[in-house]
Amino acid sequence: MMHTPPENRPAMRAPMIVFDRVSKNFGDLPVLRDINLTVSAGEVISLIGPSGSGKSTLLRCVNHLERIESGSITVDGDLIGYRRVGNLAHELPEKLIARQRARIAMVFQNFNLFGHKTALENVMEAPVHVLRIPRKEAEEQAVKLLTRVGLSDKMNNYPRMLSGGQQQRVAIARALAMKPKVILFDEPTSALDPELVGEVLDVMRDLASDGMTMMVVTHEMSFAREVCHRIAFMEGGRIVECGKPAEVLDSPAFERTRAFLSRVQ
Amino acid sequence: MSIATQDDQAPTGSGQSDEPMLTYVPARAWGTRAAAVLLSLAVVYFLVSIGGNANFGWSVVGEYLFDARILSGLYLTIWLTIVTMVIGVVLGTIFAVMAMSRNIVISTVADAYIWFFRGTPVLVQLIFWYNLGALFPELSIGIPFTSWGMSVPTNTLISPITAAVLGLGLNEGAYMSEIIRSGLLSVDPGQRQAATSLGMTSRKALWRIVLPQAMPVIIPPTGNQTIGMLKTSSLVSVISLSDLLYSAQTIYSRNFQTIPLLIVACLWYLLATTILSWVQNRIERHFARSRNAST
Repeated sequence: MMHTPPENRPAMRAPMIVFDRVSKNFGDLPVLRDINLTVSAGEVISLIGPSGSGKSTLLRCVNHLERIESGSITVDGDLIGYRRVGNLAHELPEKLIARQRARIAMVFQNFNLFGHKTALENVMEAPVHVLRIPRKEAEEQAVKLLTRVGLSDKMNNYPRMLSGGQQQRVAIARALAMKPKVILFDEPTSALDPELVGEVLDVMRDLASDGMTMMVVTHEMSFAREVCHRIAFMEGGRIVECGKPAEVLDSPAFERTRAFLSRVQ
Repeated sequence: MSIATQDDQAPTGSGQSDEPMLTYVPARAWGTRAAAVLLSLAVVYFLVSIGGNANFGWSVVGEYLFDARILSGLYLTIWLTIVTMVIGVVLGTIFAVMAMSRNIVISTVADAYIWFFRGTPVLVQLIFWYNLGALFPELSIGIPFTSWGMSVPTNTLISPITAAVLGLGLNEGAYMSEIIRSGLLSVDPGQRQAATSLGMTSRKALWRIVLPQAMPVIIPPTGNQTIGMLKTSSLVSVISLSDLLYSAQTIYSRNFQTIPLLIVACLWYLLATTILSWVQNRIERHFARSRNAST
Protein backbone atom coordinates (compact mmCIF):
# COMPACT_ATOMS: atom_id res chain seq x y z
CA MET A 1 0.00 0.00 0.00
CA MET A 2 1.36 3.40 -0.94
CA HIS A 3 0.60 5.15 2.24
CA THR A 4 2.47 8.05 3.76
CA PRO A 5 2.43 8.02 7.54
CA PRO A 6 0.82 11.15 8.99
CA GLU A 7 4.03 12.73 10.29
CA ASN A 8 5.72 12.68 6.87
CA ARG A 9 2.99 14.55 5.12
CA PRO A 10 3.28 18.12 3.91
CA ALA A 11 2.12 20.77 6.31
CA MET A 12 -1.63 21.30 6.53
CA ARG A 13 -3.16 23.90 4.31
CA ALA A 14 -6.06 26.28 4.78
CA PRO A 15 -9.07 25.40 6.94
CA MET A 16 -11.62 23.38 4.95
CA ILE A 17 -14.43 22.67 7.40
CA VAL A 18 -15.00 25.00 10.33
CA PHE A 19 -17.53 24.28 13.07
CA ASP A 20 -18.10 27.36 15.18
CA ARG A 21 -20.13 26.96 18.38
CA VAL A 22 -22.47 24.44 16.75
CA SER A 23 -25.45 23.22 18.77
CA LYS A 24 -28.49 21.16 17.88
CA ASN A 25 -31.42 19.57 19.70
CA PHE A 26 -33.83 16.83 18.80
CA GLY A 27 -36.87 18.22 20.60
CA ASP A 28 -35.73 18.69 24.17
CA LEU A 29 -32.72 16.45 23.76
CA PRO A 30 -29.46 18.25 23.00
CA VAL A 31 -27.50 16.20 20.46
CA LEU A 32 -24.71 18.64 19.68
CA ARG A 33 -23.40 21.07 22.26
CA ASP A 34 -21.04 23.88 21.45
CA ILE A 35 -18.93 22.06 18.88
CA ASN A 36 -15.79 23.92 17.81
CA LEU A 37 -13.57 22.16 15.33
CA THR A 38 -11.49 23.08 12.33
CA VAL A 39 -10.62 20.48 9.71
CA SER A 40 -7.80 21.56 7.40
CA ALA A 41 -7.67 20.89 3.69
CA GLY A 42 -6.16 17.47 3.13
CA GLU A 43 -6.75 16.40 6.70
CA VAL A 44 -8.29 13.09 7.68
CA ILE A 45 -10.12 13.24 10.97
CA SER A 46 -12.07 10.45 12.57
CA LEU A 47 -14.93 10.85 14.98
CA ILE A 48 -15.20 8.15 17.60
CA GLY A 49 -17.43 7.72 20.58
CA PRO A 50 -20.34 5.69 21.95
CA SER A 51 -23.54 5.44 19.94
CA GLY A 52 -25.82 8.40 20.51
CA SER A 53 -22.86 10.68 21.12
CA GLY A 54 -23.72 12.84 18.10
CA LYS A 55 -20.96 11.75 15.68
CA SER A 56 -23.25 10.92 12.78
CA THR A 57 -25.44 13.95 13.43
CA LEU A 58 -22.38 16.19 13.34
CA LEU A 59 -21.42 14.67 10.00
CA ARG A 60 -24.92 15.10 8.59
CA CYS A 61 -24.92 18.78 9.56
CA VAL A 62 -21.95 19.40 7.28
CA ASN A 63 -24.10 18.89 4.18
CA HIS A 64 -27.24 20.26 5.79
CA LEU A 65 -29.03 16.92 5.89
CA GLU A 66 -29.68 18.08 9.46
CA ARG A 67 -30.26 21.68 10.49
CA ILE A 68 -28.23 23.20 13.28
CA GLU A 69 -29.87 25.44 15.84
CA SER A 70 -27.01 27.74 16.63
CA GLY A 71 -23.46 28.39 15.55
CA SER A 72 -22.24 27.96 12.02
CA ILE A 73 -20.55 25.48 9.72
CA THR A 74 -18.48 26.62 6.75
CA VAL A 75 -16.94 24.45 4.07
CA ASP A 76 -14.17 26.07 2.05
CA GLY A 77 -15.39 29.45 3.28
CA ASP A 78 -19.07 28.92 2.32
CA LEU A 79 -21.62 29.10 5.10
CA ILE A 80 -23.56 25.84 4.80
CA GLY A 81 -27.31 26.04 4.29
CA TYR A 82 -27.64 29.75 4.99
CA ARG A 83 -26.99 33.18 3.58
CA ARG A 84 -25.66 35.66 6.04
CA VAL A 85 -27.17 39.14 6.18
CA GLY A 86 -25.72 41.07 9.10
CA ASN A 87 -26.42 38.86 12.10
CA LEU A 88 -29.25 36.98 10.41
CA ALA A 89 -28.80 33.69 8.63
CA HIS A 90 -31.49 33.10 6.02
CA GLU A 91 -31.91 29.48 4.99
CA LEU A 92 -30.95 29.08 1.34
CA PRO A 93 -33.45 27.93 -1.26
CA GLU A 94 -33.27 24.20 -2.01
CA LYS A 95 -31.43 24.70 -5.30
CA LEU A 96 -28.54 26.53 -3.68
CA ILE A 97 -28.28 24.03 -0.85
CA ALA A 98 -28.21 21.28 -3.48
CA ARG A 99 -25.36 23.12 -5.21
CA GLN A 100 -23.39 23.18 -1.94
CA ARG A 101 -24.08 19.49 -1.33
CA ALA A 102 -22.84 18.58 -4.78
CA ARG A 103 -19.28 19.30 -3.62
CA ILE A 104 -19.63 17.66 -0.21
CA ALA A 105 -19.76 13.95 -0.80
CA MET A 106 -21.15 11.45 1.67
CA VAL A 107 -20.62 7.72 2.03
CA PHE A 108 -23.25 5.89 4.07
CA GLN A 109 -23.19 2.91 6.37
CA ASN A 110 -25.72 1.08 4.19
CA PHE A 111 -24.10 2.15 0.90
CA ASN A 112 -27.42 3.49 -0.48
CA LEU A 113 -26.50 2.69 -4.06
CA PHE A 114 -29.35 3.33 -6.48
CA GLY A 115 -30.87 -0.12 -6.85
CA HIS A 116 -32.27 0.41 -10.33
CA LYS A 117 -28.93 1.43 -11.81
CA THR A 118 -25.76 -0.49 -12.57
CA ALA A 119 -22.49 0.33 -10.84
CA LEU A 120 -21.47 2.44 -13.83
CA GLU A 121 -24.82 4.24 -13.94
CA ASN A 122 -24.62 4.89 -10.21
CA VAL A 123 -21.30 6.67 -10.66
CA MET A 124 -22.52 8.57 -13.75
CA GLU A 125 -25.90 9.64 -12.39
CA ALA A 126 -25.03 12.81 -10.50
CA PRO A 127 -22.27 14.07 -12.82
CA VAL A 128 -24.71 13.86 -15.74
CA HIS A 129 -27.88 15.05 -14.03
CA VAL A 130 -26.51 17.44 -11.41
CA LEU A 131 -23.24 18.76 -12.82
CA ARG A 132 -24.51 18.47 -16.42
CA ILE A 133 -21.32 16.88 -17.68
CA PRO A 134 -21.72 15.34 -21.16
CA ARG A 135 -22.65 11.66 -20.94
CA LYS A 136 -19.59 10.41 -22.72
CA GLU A 137 -17.21 12.33 -20.52
CA ALA A 138 -19.05 11.17 -17.39
CA GLU A 139 -18.83 7.59 -18.55
CA GLU A 140 -15.09 7.79 -19.16
CA GLN A 141 -14.63 9.28 -15.71
CA ALA A 142 -16.85 6.62 -14.13
CA VAL A 143 -14.86 3.84 -15.78
CA LYS A 144 -11.65 5.36 -14.43
CA LEU A 145 -13.03 5.70 -10.92
CA LEU A 146 -14.43 2.18 -10.83
CA THR A 147 -11.09 0.89 -12.04
CA ARG A 148 -9.40 2.87 -9.31
CA VAL A 149 -11.51 1.16 -6.64
CA GLY A 150 -10.79 -2.20 -8.26
CA LEU A 151 -14.17 -2.87 -9.85
CA SER A 152 -13.45 -2.64 -13.57
CA ASP A 153 -15.04 -6.08 -14.03
CA LYS A 154 -18.24 -5.22 -12.14
CA MET A 155 -19.27 -2.04 -13.92
CA ASN A 156 -22.45 -3.44 -15.44
CA ASN A 157 -23.63 -5.19 -12.31
CA TYR A 158 -26.61 -4.02 -10.35
CA PRO A 159 -25.97 -3.33 -6.65
CA ARG A 160 -27.80 -6.41 -5.45
CA MET A 161 -25.35 -8.56 -7.38
CA LEU A 162 -22.39 -7.06 -5.52
CA SER A 163 -20.98 -7.91 -2.10
CA GLY A 164 -21.16 -5.30 0.64
CA GLY A 165 -17.52 -4.38 0.19
CA GLN A 166 -17.97 -3.97 -3.55
CA GLN A 167 -21.10 -1.88 -3.04
CA GLN A 168 -19.27 0.43 -0.66
CA ARG A 169 -16.42 0.81 -3.14
CA VAL A 170 -18.93 1.78 -5.84
CA ALA A 171 -20.39 4.28 -3.35
CA ILE A 172 -16.93 5.79 -2.86
CA ALA A 173 -16.42 6.00 -6.64
CA ARG A 174 -19.84 7.68 -6.88
CA ALA A 175 -18.73 10.21 -4.26
CA LEU A 176 -15.45 10.87 -6.06
CA ALA A 177 -17.24 11.44 -9.36
CA MET A 178 -18.52 14.74 -7.96
CA LYS A 179 -14.93 15.95 -7.48
CA PRO A 180 -15.80 16.79 -3.89
CA LYS A 181 -13.95 19.20 -1.63
CA VAL A 182 -14.70 16.93 1.29
CA ILE A 183 -15.91 13.37 1.76
CA LEU A 184 -17.96 12.48 4.83
CA PHE A 185 -17.90 8.80 5.80
CA ASP A 186 -20.70 7.67 8.10
CA GLU A 187 -19.56 4.35 9.56
CA PRO A 188 -18.51 3.07 6.13
CA THR A 189 -17.52 -0.40 7.30
CA SER A 190 -20.08 -1.06 10.04
CA ALA A 191 -22.49 -2.98 7.80
CA LEU A 192 -19.78 -5.15 6.27
CA ASP A 193 -18.78 -8.73 6.96
CA PRO A 194 -15.41 -8.69 8.74
CA GLU A 195 -13.51 -10.10 5.77
CA LEU A 196 -14.79 -7.29 3.52
CA VAL A 197 -13.76 -4.40 5.76
CA GLY A 198 -10.18 -4.40 4.51
CA GLU A 199 -10.95 -3.71 0.85
CA VAL A 200 -12.96 -0.61 1.75
CA LEU A 201 -10.34 0.70 4.18
CA ASP A 202 -7.68 0.20 1.48
CA VAL A 203 -9.60 2.50 -0.85
CA MET A 204 -10.00 5.09 1.92
CA ARG A 205 -6.30 4.88 2.73
CA ASP A 206 -5.57 5.53 -0.91
CA LEU A 207 -7.78 8.63 -0.87
CA ALA A 208 -6.12 9.87 2.31
CA SER A 209 -2.66 9.64 0.80
CA ASP A 210 -4.03 11.51 -2.20
CA GLY A 211 -4.78 14.47 0.02
CA MET A 212 -8.58 14.22 0.17
CA THR A 213 -10.19 15.98 3.13
CA MET A 214 -12.13 13.34 4.99
CA MET A 215 -14.30 13.15 8.09
CA VAL A 216 -14.80 9.55 9.13
CA VAL A 217 -17.19 8.29 11.77
CA THR A 218 -15.79 4.89 12.56
CA HIS A 219 -15.32 2.08 15.03
CA GLU A 220 -12.17 0.88 13.28
CA MET A 221 -9.56 1.99 15.78
CA SER A 222 -6.65 0.59 13.80
CA PHE A 223 -7.75 2.57 10.75
CA ALA A 224 -8.14 5.70 12.89
CA ARG A 225 -4.67 5.23 14.32
CA GLU A 226 -2.96 4.45 11.07
CA VAL A 227 -4.58 6.79 8.58
CA CYS A 228 -6.11 9.71 10.44
CA HIS A 229 -4.25 12.85 11.36
CA ARG A 230 -6.50 13.54 14.28
CA ILE A 231 -9.15 11.73 16.27
CA ALA A 232 -12.04 13.50 17.96
CA PHE A 233 -13.71 11.64 20.79
CA MET A 234 -17.35 12.60 21.26
CA GLU A 235 -19.73 11.91 24.08
CA GLY A 236 -23.10 13.44 24.98
CA GLY A 237 -22.99 15.80 22.01
CA ARG A 238 -19.61 17.31 22.91
CA ILE A 239 -16.12 16.82 21.59
CA VAL A 240 -14.47 15.59 24.77
CA GLU A 241 -10.99 15.58 23.34
CA CYS A 242 -9.31 15.88 20.01
CA GLY A 243 -5.72 15.25 19.05
CA LYS A 244 -3.21 13.08 17.25
CA PRO A 245 -4.18 9.39 17.19
CA ALA A 246 -1.36 8.36 19.47
CA GLU A 247 -2.33 10.96 22.05
CA VAL A 248 -6.03 10.19 22.10
CA LEU A 249 -5.76 6.42 21.80
CA ASP A 250 -2.71 5.76 23.97
CA SER A 251 -2.79 8.47 26.58
CA PRO A 252 -6.27 9.95 26.69
CA ALA A 253 -6.54 12.99 28.91
CA PHE A 254 -10.05 12.21 30.10
CA GLU A 255 -11.45 9.32 32.06
CA ARG A 256 -14.47 9.06 29.76
CA THR A 257 -12.25 8.58 26.73
CA ARG A 258 -10.27 5.94 28.59
CA ALA A 259 -13.46 4.11 29.59
CA PHE A 260 -14.75 4.11 25.99
CA LEU A 261 -11.44 2.93 24.55
CA SER A 262 -11.16 0.09 27.03
CA ARG A 263 -14.57 -1.10 25.87
CA VAL A 264 -13.81 -1.08 22.13
CA GLN A 265 -10.19 -2.14 22.04
CA MET B 1 -8.40 -32.43 -7.92
CA SER B 2 -8.01 -34.79 -5.00
CA ILE B 3 -7.14 -38.42 -5.39
CA ALA B 4 -10.21 -40.53 -6.09
CA THR B 5 -11.10 -42.98 -3.37
CA GLN B 6 -12.69 -46.36 -3.95
CA ASP B 7 -16.18 -44.99 -3.28
CA ASP B 8 -15.77 -42.32 -5.94
CA GLN B 9 -14.73 -44.79 -8.57
CA ALA B 10 -17.64 -47.16 -8.20
CA PRO B 11 -21.01 -45.44 -8.55
CA THR B 12 -22.72 -48.53 -10.00
CA GLY B 13 -22.33 -52.29 -9.94
CA SER B 14 -20.19 -53.22 -6.98
CA GLY B 15 -22.16 -51.62 -4.14
CA GLN B 16 -22.55 -52.63 -0.52
CA SER B 17 -24.89 -55.52 -1.33
CA ASP B 18 -25.92 -57.75 -4.22
CA GLU B 19 -29.55 -56.47 -4.24
CA PRO B 20 -30.79 -55.22 -7.67
CA MET B 21 -30.97 -51.39 -8.02
CA LEU B 22 -34.30 -49.85 -7.01
CA THR B 23 -36.66 -48.28 -9.52
CA TYR B 24 -38.58 -45.39 -7.96
CA VAL B 25 -42.29 -44.97 -8.65
CA PRO B 26 -43.80 -41.56 -7.76
CA ALA B 27 -46.91 -41.64 -5.60
CA ARG B 28 -50.09 -41.36 -7.65
CA ALA B 29 -52.61 -38.86 -6.36
CA TRP B 30 -55.78 -40.76 -7.19
CA GLY B 31 -58.06 -38.27 -5.48
CA THR B 32 -56.63 -35.36 -7.51
CA ARG B 33 -57.01 -37.32 -10.74
CA ALA B 34 -60.61 -38.22 -10.01
CA ALA B 35 -61.36 -34.58 -9.25
CA ALA B 36 -59.74 -33.50 -12.52
CA VAL B 37 -61.84 -35.97 -14.52
CA LEU B 38 -65.05 -34.85 -12.82
CA LEU B 39 -64.17 -31.23 -13.37
CA SER B 40 -63.48 -31.79 -17.08
CA LEU B 41 -66.84 -33.48 -17.47
CA ALA B 42 -68.54 -30.58 -15.71
CA VAL B 43 -66.81 -28.04 -17.95
CA VAL B 44 -67.73 -29.94 -21.11
CA TYR B 45 -71.35 -30.26 -19.97
CA PHE B 46 -71.44 -26.56 -19.14
CA LEU B 47 -70.05 -25.55 -22.56
CA VAL B 48 -72.39 -27.87 -24.42
CA SER B 49 -75.42 -26.64 -22.50
CA ILE B 50 -74.50 -23.03 -23.29
CA GLY B 51 -73.62 -23.68 -26.90
CA GLY B 52 -76.67 -25.80 -27.54
CA ASN B 53 -79.12 -23.43 -25.88
CA ALA B 54 -80.90 -21.48 -28.60
CA ASN B 55 -81.95 -18.82 -26.05
CA PHE B 56 -78.38 -17.56 -25.97
CA GLY B 57 -78.85 -16.52 -29.59
CA TRP B 58 -75.34 -17.24 -30.80
CA SER B 59 -76.24 -16.27 -34.35
CA VAL B 60 -77.36 -12.86 -33.08
CA VAL B 61 -74.08 -12.56 -31.21
CA GLY B 62 -72.20 -13.17 -34.44
CA GLU B 63 -74.37 -10.68 -36.26
CA TYR B 64 -73.69 -7.82 -33.85
CA LEU B 65 -70.13 -8.63 -32.77
CA PHE B 66 -68.67 -6.28 -35.39
CA ASP B 67 -71.61 -3.89 -35.60
CA ALA B 68 -70.43 -0.33 -36.18
CA ARG B 69 -72.28 0.94 -33.10
CA ILE B 70 -70.69 -1.72 -30.90
CA LEU B 71 -67.23 -0.95 -32.28
CA SER B 72 -67.62 2.78 -31.74
CA GLY B 73 -68.84 2.01 -28.21
CA LEU B 74 -65.77 -0.15 -27.68
CA TYR B 75 -63.61 2.68 -28.95
CA LEU B 76 -65.17 5.10 -26.46
CA THR B 77 -64.73 2.62 -23.61
CA ILE B 78 -61.05 2.20 -24.40
CA TRP B 79 -60.59 5.93 -24.87
CA LEU B 80 -62.30 6.63 -21.53
CA THR B 81 -60.16 4.00 -19.79
CA ILE B 82 -56.93 5.46 -21.11
CA VAL B 83 -57.84 9.10 -20.46
CA THR B 84 -59.19 8.53 -16.96
CA MET B 85 -56.23 6.33 -16.01
CA VAL B 86 -53.80 9.00 -17.20
CA ILE B 87 -55.69 11.59 -15.16
CA GLY B 88 -55.78 9.16 -12.24
CA VAL B 89 -52.04 8.54 -12.34
CA VAL B 90 -51.20 12.25 -12.64
CA LEU B 91 -53.59 13.26 -9.85
CA GLY B 92 -52.54 10.24 -7.82
CA THR B 93 -48.87 11.19 -8.03
CA ILE B 94 -49.59 14.80 -7.10
CA PHE B 95 -51.79 13.85 -4.15
CA ALA B 96 -49.43 11.10 -2.99
CA VAL B 97 -46.58 13.60 -2.81
CA MET B 98 -48.90 16.13 -1.14
CA ALA B 99 -50.09 13.57 1.40
CA MET B 100 -46.45 12.97 2.39
CA SER B 101 -45.74 16.69 2.76
CA ARG B 102 -44.60 17.98 6.13
CA ASN B 103 -46.88 21.00 5.72
CA ILE B 104 -50.08 20.13 7.55
CA VAL B 105 -52.38 22.12 5.25
CA ILE B 106 -51.03 20.43 2.13
CA SER B 107 -51.20 16.93 3.57
CA THR B 108 -54.67 17.51 5.03
CA VAL B 109 -56.03 18.70 1.68
CA ALA B 110 -54.65 15.54 0.06
CA ASP B 111 -56.09 13.35 2.82
CA ALA B 112 -59.48 15.04 2.47
CA TYR B 113 -59.50 14.50 -1.29
CA ILE B 114 -58.69 10.83 -0.88
CA TRP B 115 -61.25 10.49 1.91
CA PHE B 116 -64.03 12.10 -0.11
CA PHE B 117 -63.53 10.38 -3.45
CA ARG B 118 -62.92 6.95 -1.98
CA GLY B 119 -65.83 7.40 0.40
CA THR B 120 -68.56 8.10 -2.14
CA PRO B 121 -69.81 5.76 -4.89
CA VAL B 122 -68.36 6.61 -8.29
CA LEU B 123 -71.84 6.19 -9.78
CA VAL B 124 -73.06 9.02 -7.56
CA GLN B 125 -70.05 11.13 -8.48
CA LEU B 126 -70.82 10.67 -12.18
CA ILE B 127 -74.42 11.77 -11.80
CA PHE B 128 -73.26 14.62 -9.60
CA TRP B 129 -70.82 15.96 -12.19
CA TYR B 130 -73.43 15.52 -14.88
CA ASN B 131 -75.83 17.68 -12.91
CA LEU B 132 -73.28 20.26 -11.86
CA GLY B 133 -75.29 22.87 -13.72
CA ALA B 134 -77.97 22.64 -11.05
CA LEU B 135 -75.48 23.71 -8.37
CA PHE B 136 -73.41 26.21 -10.31
CA PRO B 137 -75.42 27.48 -13.29
CA GLU B 138 -72.36 29.37 -14.51
CA LEU B 139 -68.69 28.57 -14.29
CA SER B 140 -66.27 31.44 -14.41
CA ILE B 141 -62.55 31.93 -14.67
CA GLY B 142 -61.10 35.01 -13.05
CA ILE B 143 -59.75 36.48 -9.87
CA PRO B 144 -62.08 35.62 -6.98
CA PHE B 145 -64.05 38.52 -5.45
CA THR B 146 -63.25 40.84 -8.35
CA SER B 147 -65.14 41.54 -11.55
CA TRP B 148 -62.24 40.46 -13.72
CA GLY B 149 -62.77 37.23 -15.63
CA MET B 150 -65.25 35.43 -17.86
CA SER B 151 -68.00 32.92 -17.34
CA VAL B 152 -69.84 30.24 -19.32
CA PRO B 153 -73.05 28.35 -18.63
CA THR B 154 -72.10 25.09 -16.89
CA ASN B 155 -74.23 22.94 -19.17
CA THR B 156 -72.28 23.92 -22.26
CA LEU B 157 -69.02 23.06 -20.52
CA ILE B 158 -70.06 19.85 -18.77
CA SER B 159 -71.09 17.51 -21.56
CA PRO B 160 -71.66 13.85 -20.72
CA ILE B 161 -68.08 13.17 -21.81
CA THR B 162 -66.53 15.81 -19.53
CA ALA B 163 -68.72 14.63 -16.67
CA ALA B 164 -67.50 11.07 -17.29
CA VAL B 165 -63.85 12.08 -17.50
CA LEU B 166 -64.11 14.26 -14.38
CA GLY B 167 -66.05 11.70 -12.38
CA LEU B 168 -63.98 8.67 -13.25
CA GLY B 169 -60.64 10.56 -13.29
CA LEU B 170 -61.07 12.23 -9.91
CA ASN B 171 -62.24 9.00 -8.35
CA GLU B 172 -59.34 7.10 -9.87
CA GLY B 173 -56.89 9.75 -8.66
CA ALA B 174 -57.87 8.99 -5.07
CA TYR B 175 -57.20 5.27 -5.46
CA MET B 176 -54.03 5.79 -7.47
CA SER B 177 -52.68 8.19 -4.86
CA GLU B 178 -52.87 5.45 -2.23
CA ILE B 179 -51.13 3.02 -4.58
CA ILE B 180 -48.39 5.49 -5.46
CA ARG B 181 -47.94 6.50 -1.84
CA SER B 182 -47.41 2.89 -0.80
CA GLY B 183 -44.91 2.57 -3.65
CA LEU B 184 -42.99 5.65 -2.54
CA LEU B 185 -42.96 4.40 1.05
CA SER B 186 -41.54 1.07 -0.10
CA VAL B 187 -38.32 2.76 -1.23
CA ASP B 188 -35.64 2.91 1.45
CA PRO B 189 -35.27 6.50 2.77
CA GLY B 190 -31.51 6.07 2.30
CA GLN B 191 -32.05 6.34 -1.47
CA ARG B 192 -33.47 9.83 -1.16
CA GLN B 193 -30.67 10.79 1.24
CA ALA B 194 -28.01 9.54 -1.12
CA ALA B 195 -29.61 11.46 -3.99
CA THR B 196 -29.86 14.61 -1.88
CA SER B 197 -26.29 14.37 -0.72
CA LEU B 198 -25.20 14.13 -4.36
CA GLY B 199 -26.76 17.53 -4.93
CA MET B 200 -30.15 16.54 -6.36
CA THR B 201 -33.15 18.66 -5.50
CA SER B 202 -35.98 16.72 -3.91
CA ARG B 203 -37.95 16.87 -7.16
CA LYS B 204 -35.07 15.40 -9.12
CA ALA B 205 -34.52 12.74 -6.46
CA LEU B 206 -38.21 11.83 -6.69
CA TRP B 207 -38.22 11.52 -10.49
CA ARG B 208 -34.85 9.93 -11.06
CA ILE B 209 -34.30 7.82 -7.97
CA VAL B 210 -37.40 7.19 -5.86
CA LEU B 211 -40.23 6.80 -8.41
CA PRO B 212 -38.39 4.37 -10.72
CA GLN B 213 -37.71 2.14 -7.74
CA ALA B 214 -41.29 2.42 -6.55
CA MET B 215 -42.53 1.14 -9.93
CA PRO B 216 -42.33 -2.60 -9.13
CA VAL B 217 -44.68 -1.93 -6.21
CA ILE B 218 -46.91 0.51 -8.11
CA ILE B 219 -47.43 -1.38 -11.37
CA PRO B 220 -49.32 -4.55 -10.36
CA PRO B 221 -52.12 -2.71 -8.53
CA THR B 222 -52.18 -0.06 -11.29
CA GLY B 223 -52.74 -2.83 -13.82
CA ASN B 224 -55.58 -4.03 -11.63
CA GLN B 225 -57.03 -0.53 -11.52
CA THR B 226 -56.82 -0.22 -15.31
CA ILE B 227 -58.66 -3.47 -15.81
CA GLY B 228 -61.15 -2.36 -13.19
CA MET B 229 -61.57 0.98 -14.93
CA LEU B 230 -62.31 -0.68 -18.26
CA LYS B 231 -65.36 -2.22 -16.64
CA THR B 232 -66.20 0.62 -14.23
CA SER B 233 -66.40 2.93 -17.23
CA SER B 234 -69.60 1.06 -18.16
CA LEU B 235 -71.24 3.16 -15.42
CA VAL B 236 -71.21 6.11 -17.81
CA SER B 237 -74.21 4.52 -19.51
CA VAL B 238 -76.27 6.21 -16.75
CA ILE B 239 -75.35 9.61 -18.15
CA SER B 240 -76.21 8.33 -21.66
CA LEU B 241 -72.71 8.22 -22.99
CA SER B 242 -72.39 5.68 -25.82
CA ASP B 243 -69.73 3.40 -24.41
CA LEU B 244 -69.63 -0.31 -25.15
CA LEU B 245 -72.39 -1.27 -22.71
CA TYR B 246 -74.65 1.67 -23.61
CA SER B 247 -74.32 0.82 -27.33
CA ALA B 248 -75.38 -2.74 -26.62
CA GLN B 249 -78.28 -1.45 -24.53
CA THR B 250 -79.38 0.91 -27.30
CA ILE B 251 -79.49 -1.97 -29.75
CA TYR B 252 -81.37 -4.41 -27.52
CA SER B 253 -83.88 -1.79 -26.47
CA ARG B 254 -85.05 -1.88 -30.08
CA ASN B 255 -84.70 -5.55 -31.02
CA PHE B 256 -85.13 -7.09 -27.52
CA GLN B 257 -82.13 -9.42 -28.03
CA THR B 258 -80.93 -8.56 -24.53
CA ILE B 259 -78.79 -11.59 -23.73
CA PRO B 260 -76.96 -11.89 -27.10
CA LEU B 261 -76.02 -8.22 -27.02
CA LEU B 262 -74.79 -8.41 -23.45
CA ILE B 263 -72.68 -11.38 -24.56
CA VAL B 264 -71.30 -9.26 -27.40
CA ALA B 265 -70.31 -6.59 -24.89
CA CYS B 266 -68.79 -9.18 -22.53
CA LEU B 267 -66.72 -10.75 -25.31
CA TRP B 268 -65.19 -7.35 -26.09
CA TYR B 269 -64.61 -6.58 -22.41
CA LEU B 270 -62.91 -9.96 -22.03
CA LEU B 271 -60.69 -9.40 -25.05
CA ALA B 272 -59.68 -5.95 -23.84
CA THR B 273 -58.88 -7.09 -20.29
CA THR B 274 -56.90 -10.03 -21.67
CA ILE B 275 -54.78 -7.66 -23.74
CA LEU B 276 -54.35 -5.32 -20.77
CA SER B 277 -53.20 -8.20 -18.54
CA TRP B 278 -50.63 -9.14 -21.15
CA VAL B 279 -49.37 -5.54 -21.37
CA GLN B 280 -49.19 -5.35 -17.57
CA ASN B 281 -47.15 -8.52 -17.53
CA ARG B 282 -44.65 -7.07 -20.01
CA ILE B 283 -44.29 -3.83 -18.07
CA GLU B 284 -43.76 -5.72 -14.82
CA ARG B 285 -41.00 -7.74 -16.41
CA HIS B 286 -39.37 -4.58 -17.71
CA PHE B 287 -39.20 -3.05 -14.24
CA ALA B 288 -38.16 -6.30 -12.58
CA ARG B 289 -34.98 -6.19 -14.70
CA SER B 290 -32.71 -4.67 -12.06
CA ARG B 291 -34.27 -6.79 -9.33
CA ASN B 292 -33.35 -10.20 -10.62
CA ALA B 293 -30.99 -9.58 -13.49
CA SER B 294 -28.58 -12.47 -13.71
CA THR B 295 -25.74 -11.16 -15.82
